[in-house]
Amino acid sequence: MLNKNALKTLLIVVPLVTLAACKSGPTEAELEAEANRQAEVAAQQVADAKAVADADAKRVEVAKADALQKAKEMVEDEKAKLVAQNVVYFDFDRASVKSDFHSVLDMHAAFLVKNPGQAIVIEGHCDNRGTPEYNIALGERRAKSVETYLMNAGVSSSQVSVVSYGEEKPAVQGGSEYAFAQNRRGIVVYQ
Amino acid sequence: MTTWIFKFSSKKLNILAAAAAVLFFNFQLSAATNEIIITGGIESARPIGVVPFKYLGNSTLPENLSDVVASDLQRSGKFNPSKLSSMPQFPTTDTEVNYAAWAQKGVDMVLVGSVESTGLNQFLVTFELIDVLRAQATGGQTKTLENGKLVMTRDHVIEKRTKTINGSDFRQYAHIISDIVYEKLTGERGAFLTRIAYIKVLDRDTNPKPFRLVIADYDNVNPTTLLSSPEPLMSPTWSPDGNTLAYVSFENKRSQIYLQDIYTTSRTRLTDFPGINGAPNFSPDGKKLAMVLSKDGNPEIYIMDLQTRNLTRITRNRAIDTEPSWTPDGKSLIFTSERGGKPQIYRVNLASNRKSRLTFEGEMNLGGAVTPDNSQLVIVNRTRGDYHIAKQDLKNGDMLVLTNTYLDESPSISPNGSMIIYSVLENGKPALAWVSLDGRFSFKEPVADGEVKSPSWSPFLL
Repeated sequence: MLNKNALKTLLIVVPLVTLAACKSGPTEAELEAEANRQAEVAAQQVADAKAVADADAKRVEVAKADALQKAKEMVEDEKAKLVAQNVVYFDFDRASVKSDFHSVLDMHAAFLVKNPGQAIVIEGHCDNRGTPEYNIALGERRAKSVETYLMNAGVSSSQVSVVSYGEEKPAVQGGSEYAFAQNRRGIVVYQ
Repeated sequence: MTTWIFKFSSKKLNILAAAAAVLFFNFQLSAATNEIIITGGIESARPIGVVPFKYLGNSTLPENLSDVVASDLQRSGKFNPSKLSSMPQFPTTDTEVNYAAWAQKGVDMVLVGSVESTGLNQFLVTFELIDVLRAQATGGQTKTLENGKLVMTRDHVIEKRTKTINGSDFRQYAHIISDIVYEKLTGERGAFLTRIAYIKVLDRDTNPKPFRLVIADYDNVNPTTLLSSPEPLMSPTWSPDGNTLAYVSFENKRSQIYLQDIYTTSRTRLTDFPGINGAPNFSPDGKKLAMVLSKDGNPEIYIMDLQTRNLTRITRNRAIDTEPSWTPDGKSLIFTSERGGKPQIYRVNLASNRKSRLTFEGEMNLGGAVTPDNSQLVIVNRTRGDYHIAKQDLKNGDMLVLTNTYLDESPSISPNGSMIIYSVLENGKPALAWVSLDGRFSFKEPVADGEVKSPSWSPFLL
C-alpha cells in the first residue's frame, strides 16, 4: 500500500521535477544580467555617438580656431608688412603727401578699413632747419596731411590720432642733406 | 715678505694717487671757468688788467676769484683782460700800482685785490678798481674842497670794497665783483649773476633717459639736471622771478606744458590739450603764460592766466602761428606767423588785438624777441637757405645779421640786453654759442658730451 502510494507520489513528483528542470527560459538573474547588458550596449552606443559628435564639434572648433588663427596670422602678417613700410617722406618745407607714397598709404587705409578696431598714431617729424617751435607746427601739419589722406580713403577718424615731434626725434643725426631727407617724415604707428 | 709688503703699499699708493687725481679732476671740472672759443670781435674790447688777487692764508682757496672775474669780463665782449704773461707787475693794492707801466701796455683799467683767511671757511676779500690814466693825470692824488677844507682824495680809485665771504660763496662773489666792474665802466648793469636753462640730449641708443632739462650758471658752470626723460623735452623758459621754469615734455607721448620750481624741483602739469601744447613764455609780471595750442585745429597763440587757468585766444587764422614772446611792457606779443605765406614776425597789441607785420627781409624770420630796452627785435633770419641770428631796429627797421655759424637758432637775450645765447650746429651736433647784441663779439663752447639746445637766459637774480 505504502509502495503504491509512494509510486503514485513518485509518478507525480518526478515529472514535476523534470518539468521544472526542463524549463528552457532564462532565470531571473539571467534576465537581469541581460537587461543590464543591453542597457550597457545602448549606453555605449549613446556614448559612442556622443564621442563622435564631440569629436566632430571639436574638429569644427579646431578648424574654426585654425581659421581664426590663420586669419589672425594673416592680419598680423599684413600688419607686419605695413609696419615695415610705415614711413612717408616729405620735401623741404612741405607737408603734402607725395604721390610716391599714395600706394603705401592706400595699403594702410585698406587694412584699417578692414580692421576698424585697429588704432594708429601718426607721428610728424622734421629736419632740424628752422626753429624747434616752428618745426613742431610743421610736423603736425605733415602728420595731419597723412591723416587726411587715410580718412579720404575711408579710415574712421576714431582710429587715428596725431602727434608732432618736430625736430626732436631725428632718424639720422647730423646736418647732411641725407639726414635732412631721412628726418622729414610721417610715421604710421600701429597701437 | 718685505717685497710683498712693499708691493702692497705701492699698490695702495697708486690707488691713493688715482683717487687724488679723480678729486683734482672733479675740482677742476666744478670750479674752473669753462673753456670758450672766441670766434670774433676781441679787437673791439677794452683792455683791462685783472691782476691775480693775493692770497694771505694757508688753506686751499675754493675758487680763484680773479680768474672768474677775468672770464666774466671777457665773456661780456666789452673787455679784453690782459694775459698774465703781458702784465708788467702783480700789485695787490692801489699804492703798489705802477700806473705808467700799465699805461705803456695800453691798459687803462686795473683791478687789484687780496683774499685773507680770517677763520674757519671765512675769507676777507678786498678789491680796488683803478683808472690808470686818471691816476697818471693826478699823480695818484687829487686836491678837493670838502667842508671848506682842502683834502687829498684818490678819485682814480673808481671802486674799493671789502667783504667777508664764506668758502661756498666765492663764485657768486666773483660774479658780483664782475657786475660792479662792468657797471662802473660801461654804465650798464652786469648780467654775470644769472643762470641759463637748456635741453641736453645724450646718446639715445645708450641712455634710457637721454633728454635732460639742465640749469647752470650763466657761463654754463655748475650744471644741474632738473629732469631726465625718455621722451623729448623742449622750450624751457624762466619766470620773471627766476624761481620757475616752464617747458614742454613729451613724457606721456604727447606734448604737455609743465611748470617746475628750480629750488624744490616740484612739478605741475599746466596743460594737456589735444594736439600741440608748446612755446610757453611768461608775461613780464609773471601772472600769465603765452603759449601755442592746436586744440582748435591748427597752431594758435593763447594766453593763460596762471591764477585762474583761463585761456584767452589771441590769433584766429588758418596759417601757423607760434613762438609768442612778450614785449618788455607786457602790452604786446611778438609772434611768428605764416599768414603771409612764409614765416615772418608779427606783433599783436593785446588791448586792441591789432596785428602788424614787423619783418620783411629774407625768406623767413622766426623766433622773435624784443630787447629789454624795447629798441631791437632779435630774430632767426633765413636768407639763401642759411639760418642766422639777426636783429632789427624797431624804429627804423634796419636789419643786421649777427652770426655766421651754422643753423643758428633759439636766441635768448641776457637780462641787460648786451648778449644773446643761441644754439648752433657744430659737427652736426647742436651746441651753445654767444654773440654780443652789436654783433662784434662772439664765442662758443667746445662740443659737449651731448647735444645742447634751446638755451634760455634767466632774469636778474639779485
